[in-house]
Amino acid sequence: MSLQPASTEFAARAKSVIDEYKGLEGPLLPILHGLQEEFGYVPGESVPIIAETLNLSRAEVHGVITFYHDYRSHPAGRHALKVCRAEACQSMGGDAIAAQLIQALGIGFHETAADNSVTLEPVFCLGMCACAPAAMLDGEPIGRIDAEKIEEIVAEVRS
Amino acid sequence: MTVTIYIPGDSGALALGADKVAKAIELEVVARGIDARIVRNGSRGLYWLEPMVEVATDTGRVAYGPVSAKDVPSLFDAGLVDGGQHKLSLGNPEEIPFLAKQTRLTFARCGIIDPVSLDDYEAHGGLTGLRNAVKMAPADIVKQVTDSGLRGRGGAGFPTGIKWKTVLDTAAEQKYIVCNADEGDSATFSDRMIMEGDPFVLIEGMAIAGLATGATKGYVYLRSEYPHAIAVMNKAVRVARSAGVLGKSVLGASQGFDIEIRSGAGAYVCGEETSLLNSLEGKRGVVRAKPPLPAIQGLFGKPTVINNVISLASVPIVMDKGADYYRDFGMGRSRGTIPIQIAGNVRHGGLFEVAFGLSLGEIIDEIGGGTATGRPVKAVQVGGPLGAYFPRALFDTPFDYEEFAKRDGLIGHAGITVFDDSADMLKMARFAMEFCAIESCGKCTPCRIGSTRGVETLDKVAQGIEPEKNLALVSDLCNTMKFGSLCALGGFTPYPVVSALTHFPEDFRPVPVAQAAE
Repeated sequence: MSLQPASTEFAARAKSVIDEYKGLEGPLLPILHGLQEEFGYVPGESVPIIAETLNLSRAEVHGVITFYHDYRSHPAGRHALKVCRAEACQSMGGDAIAAQLIQALGIGFHETAADNSVTLEPVFCLGMCACAPAAMLDGEPIGRIDAEKIEEIVAEVRS
Repeated sequence: MTVTIYIPGDSGALALGADKVAKAIELEVVARGIDARIVRNGSRGLYWLEPMVEVATDTGRVAYGPVSAKDVPSLFDAGLVDGGQHKLSLGNPEEIPFLAKQTRLTFARCGIIDPVSLDDYEAHGGLTGLRNAVKMAPADIVKQVTDSGLRGRGGAGFPTGIKWKTVLDTAAEQKYIVCNADEGDSATFSDRMIMEGDPFVLIEGMAIAGLATGATKGYVYLRSEYPHAIAVMNKAVRVARSAGVLGKSVLGASQGFDIEIRSGAGAYVCGEETSLLNSLEGKRGVVRAKPPLPAIQGLFGKPTVINNVISLASVPIVMDKGADYYRDFGMGRSRGTIPIQIAGNVRHGGLFEVAFGLSLGEIIDEIGGGTATGRPVKAVQVGGPLGAYFPRALFDTPFDYEEFAKRDGLIGHAGITVFDDSADMLKMARFAMEFCAIESCGKCTPCRIGSTRGVETLDKVAQGIEPEKNLALVSDLCNTMKFGSLCALGGFTPYPVVSALTHFPEDFRPVPVAQAAE
């Protein structure tokens, strides 16, 4: 099987995302968000295509991708769990909650479960500081996390 | 008659199960054949009562909370549609002391209206400020904002009108209004609440800024951690565009103005204005040296007003009710109202908008009701991760820019995190350094290297290694960071560290047994 058709297909998908946003002022972040939306991460193979389209060096594009915490260099698991590590959540026992989640999921921060069910990511503030400790599962907020909610989260990501 | 039921769609309410409550209510409405309209309003900001469901009755709104999905059938049995009594009854929400004691100017509509209904917005006084501005000369708009005494609510407290004047006076073919919605400080959520609960007030404020300065394009740089706010803002911009509030002409004015919502990408430092501008331009969010000021050379090198969400959202009331009306609230040089966000380990957490001048103690003890755990308050951090930790001894400090500065603190974006007596201040000081190390943009050495050295040195203190020598080193390092950093990230990280050291020295004394106990 040749790799050629796949990479052509990849290039076409990447190019269509890039083309959608390239007309904006300062298009790079919207393009990277678009690529992550399309592929689940920002594939390294897209860097030269972006660089050529925006008339930037590959190093500049790489520099931008790696500057921001959001952009992943590898695909995430089926679920993405962001756990708040900031002060307001700490004041309500956020550290203990994070430790329990780590234990229950069997992975650390920035790691993806072996069965690809979930990626665990730290986040600094979700703006739910009056209902701490907080987390976000696939974009949906969860507040006042306790043992019961940890069970629900674990059940959800394993389902 | 159709009954209107309000269930907040605010992220904080969603985090506490508002969507499940909404589903349960929809099911009951159908099952009971009730003629009801469900509105997903913003939050009133009483988070210990969220999800707070309200019903519009002949005698006004009646609230219930905190409601969980399993309470819904019994609420309908108790006659929720007519405001019937139930164990979760809160009565008229406006009479709940936490709300009754507030002065809601910026947040006047938040939690009351349907966030994306422009009709609702106008029915509650919206667009009056913009309509006034359309009839005024740009310099007069700027003067009115200057006279109101409004200062940047993002934390720096720079007079908003002066910024606008610089942009107005700088000639250019293209000017920009940039709204800083990169609300990354822990304990702050006022930007999120207003964008989710009353997005048109921000759009109106930005349009007024456009008319005042000659800027035709606005960007809202909104952090990616707020997906719901991004969705609401995008929807509201589309509504505003189709209603002629935004577009080629602002409500019939000769000038046009349009807004685009841009998502951040998880970098805390992009809340710093010059870093934000670089990020909007598609670059690494590295801080720029000032001068040149963004007002003269900002986004893409063009004159740019860059203001915080709350600053811009406070402009419509100034243009509606007048500069004097707004300025008459407050104390000293801190004029108007400030949405204080009470968060962390606190019984009554939420948003409390009030004129400047309330003492910290009143906010924590009387309004916040002390800690959620019921233990004594040990410390409060005011102003986010770069704000100082204050002990109870400083609770007489009035909430005012200058008064906080006098006590080596800052009000920042007006978020307060409450900690009970289980807090370890050495750990919190270490966290401040660690956070700075994670989030530093890397441009200047004191911040980039200093923060990492700070973590290491505080770890040595924790392990009891030459504590006096190492604490002296930490103080010296903080001095270097404070005076040698380009922006507030490196420059203000010393605030939490030094205040923890100053006010809670007992937490920094070595505990030799701690290691052995591991």
